[in-house]
Amino acid sequence: MTATDPTAHLTAEQIEELGRELDAIRDEVIASRGEKDAAYIRKVISAQRKLELVSRGVLLFSIFPPAWLIGTAGLSVAKIMDNMEIGHNILHGQWDWMRDPKIHSTTWEWDHVSPSEQWKHSHNELHHTYTNVIGKDNDLGYGIMRVDEDQRWHPFHLGQPLWNFINACFFEYGIAAYDLELGKNLQKRRRKNPEFRARARAVGRKIRKQVLKDYVIHPLLSGPSFLPTLAATFTANLVRNLWTHSVIMCGHFPEGVQVFERRSIKGETRGQWYLRQMMGSANISGSKAMHFMTGNLSHQIEHHLFPDLPSNRYAEVAVKVRALFEKYELEYVTGPLPKQVFSAWHKVFRLSLPNKKPKVKTPDREQELLAA
Amino acid sequence: MTSTAPRSRAWKLLEMVTTPLLPSDYLDLVSPLRAGADLRGRIEAVHPETGDAATVVIRPGRGWRGHTAGQYVRIGVDVDGVRLWRAYSLTSPTDRRDGRVTITVKAIPDGKVSNHLVRRAKPGTLIQLDQPTGDFVLPQAKPAKVLYLTAGSGITPVMGMLRDTEFDDVVMVHCAPQPQDVIFRSELHDLVADKKLRLTEVHTDTDGMLDIARLDELVPDWAERETWACGPAGLLDAAEEHWTEHGVQERLHTERFRPGIVVTGDGGEVTFSTTGRTVDADGATPLLDIGEEAGVLMPSGCRMGICFGCVTPLKAGAVRDLRTGEITEAEPGVLIQTCVSAAAGPCDIER
Ligand code: FES
Repeated sequence: MTATDPTAHLTAEQIEELGRELDAIRDEVIASRGEKDAAYIRKVISAQRKLELVSRGVLLFSIFPPAWLIGTAGLSVAKIMDNMEIGHNILHGQWDWMRDPKIHSTTWEWDHVSPSEQWKHSHNELHHTYTNVIGKDNDLGYGIMRVDEDQRWHPFHLGQPLWNFINACFFEYGIAAYDLELGKNLQKRRRKNPEFRARARAVGRKIRKQVLKDYVIHPLLSGPSFLPTLAATFTANLVRNLWTHSVIMCGHFPEGVQVFERRSIKGETRGQWYLRQMMGSANISGSKAMHFMTGNLSHQIEHHLFPDLPSNRYAEVAVKVRALFEKYELEYVTGPLPKQVFSAWHKVFRLSLPNKKPKVKTPDREQELLAA
Repeated sequence: MTSTAPRSRAWKLLEMVTTPLLPSDYLDLVSPLRAGADLRGRIEAVHPETGDAATVVIRPGRGWRGHTAGQYVRIGVDVDGVRLWRAYSLTSPTDRRDGRVTITVKAIPDGKVSNHLVRRAKPGTLIQLDQPTGDFVLPQAKPAKVLYLTAGSGITPVMGMLRDTEFDDVVMVHCAPQPQDVIFRSELHDLVADKKLRLTEVHTDTDGMLDIARLDELVPDWAERETWACGPAGLLDAAEEHWTEHGVQERLHTERFRPGIVVTGDGGEVTFSTTGRTVDADGATPLLDIGEEAGVLMPSGCRMGICFGCVTPLKAGAVRDLRTGEITEAEPGVLIQTCVSAAAGPCDIER
């Protein structure tokens, strides 16, 4: 938590008024959702499928370097599309209003080792409800990093730049472990819990299927191109992991983003909830292509305010949201990808070292930080 | 068996290639109407019939099993991006050469799907289909004398019958506000000219509503005729009463299109336990609407209580049937039709 509260100048009435204005933005989009939006997501899904098909086709000949390059690039993009603009957003229920069972949050499965059911719980329910609340939102540091000066330093944190890098390379596995709450659940007493075991088995099944597909079947189908294809799918997964990790780090880690105490959300009003989302998220600026490749998570602030609005509408919503930030004199944290990635990494490095103890500290604050 | 085993093994292998998608997700991109796909159809043409009715020509997918005259089909159409399901009677003969089928739709005021189909649907559009169903059909053994008693768009299932099966002695009494509102009018008159049909049109704007007692004068031998009646509830209620009074109720076959909705009940908190959503519902809004508003994927069809496309287990609590006021309480195995049921107190719907 920064020393001064950047929302201190707002009165309780102003915060509720802000909430009403945000509700109005939301209602406007909901009232105007329609055919064009539906056509958009259908087009994206069909483009993703075609791209993946063609790329995998090209990789059958990946023994030839140009084919390897084109196929790997195509597959990387296809995997990014699957996870970001399609999977993440559908699993948020952004397209449920279409009532198409094939594009519905209850039926969608993505190319990711975390089964969508489990991810929806940890992400949609926990992270989005308790955004940036220390001790409640495990996305803060994923339980392996120190992300705020107030958190107690431990020599373990010296390694966090390395943990973070490894996590980036194998991000989907990191997410799966995180959705399973592996750290907590591997303790002796919990390991046997049947509910945990069932979830672990589900992850195991998904890992097996994905590994079989990417590292056995497709390489085998490529015959003499076995090894190049194997390398290609590995690379595509790596690229996808590094990319999604970077984008997601930019959402809540850059400097200027606030974190909150558990106490502060007791009895939170709608306006206060909105305000926390605004102060707890950061955007990435850039071109249309950039927004698309991040699954519009470049509009993280808008996404956190309205997680179930269709992603293709965030850009227009952003203009109005930004105007509200200005009106209420709040800082809209945004910047180009390199800057935001640098900022997030900088924080990871900085907080790997101990810092001076913050001055004010209440006993229960101390406890929360320990719990975090 | 021997022939399916290698095939299903090949399919399993394909599934491993496409996981987490299914092979069909890719096949749908190129051939959505193929055998084995989810049943769909393609709209090939829309022909206006009257000012507010049109016939939609549909090429069904390869999985279509064919229909019996008088049956209806549930179709899923995307209107403003939202998939809506409705049931419409099939009006094409069962042996149409080109394998196409038709439905005839009358645009009802504020009807989202009917207005879309009549005024905006474009040839080439894919729609979702179910297999045809319904037992408003002709018997195997031909009755000697037939009466069709219809009103408004209630003529559509009967038109399917007329086009499909010829009888020696057929009378039709059809009610519509004005002559130009009579769907299929010129075709009906052609049948009359060919002496294949005797027709009485009742134009309710000028003649007033059909008084069922007038049947004695319009069709003196009505009681001897096997009768198929379709139209608004008022007409069907009157017919059922009339036929029962004369002790010939087994000759009457009816098809009800829309339930008269009784506004009663007190509502309550509805839990959709599969999705974990909870919302407040009043006692007059169908649970189908409540669920859809809350973003729960609710199956549906006719939305008027006839197709059972919306049946869903009621796990706890009680619901009220909006047509009859009847209360249904949760018990293992109890299914309710969400389109005509409203919350009668807190309840738990398995969706
Ligand atoms: S939708 Fe047809 S019976 Fe409910």
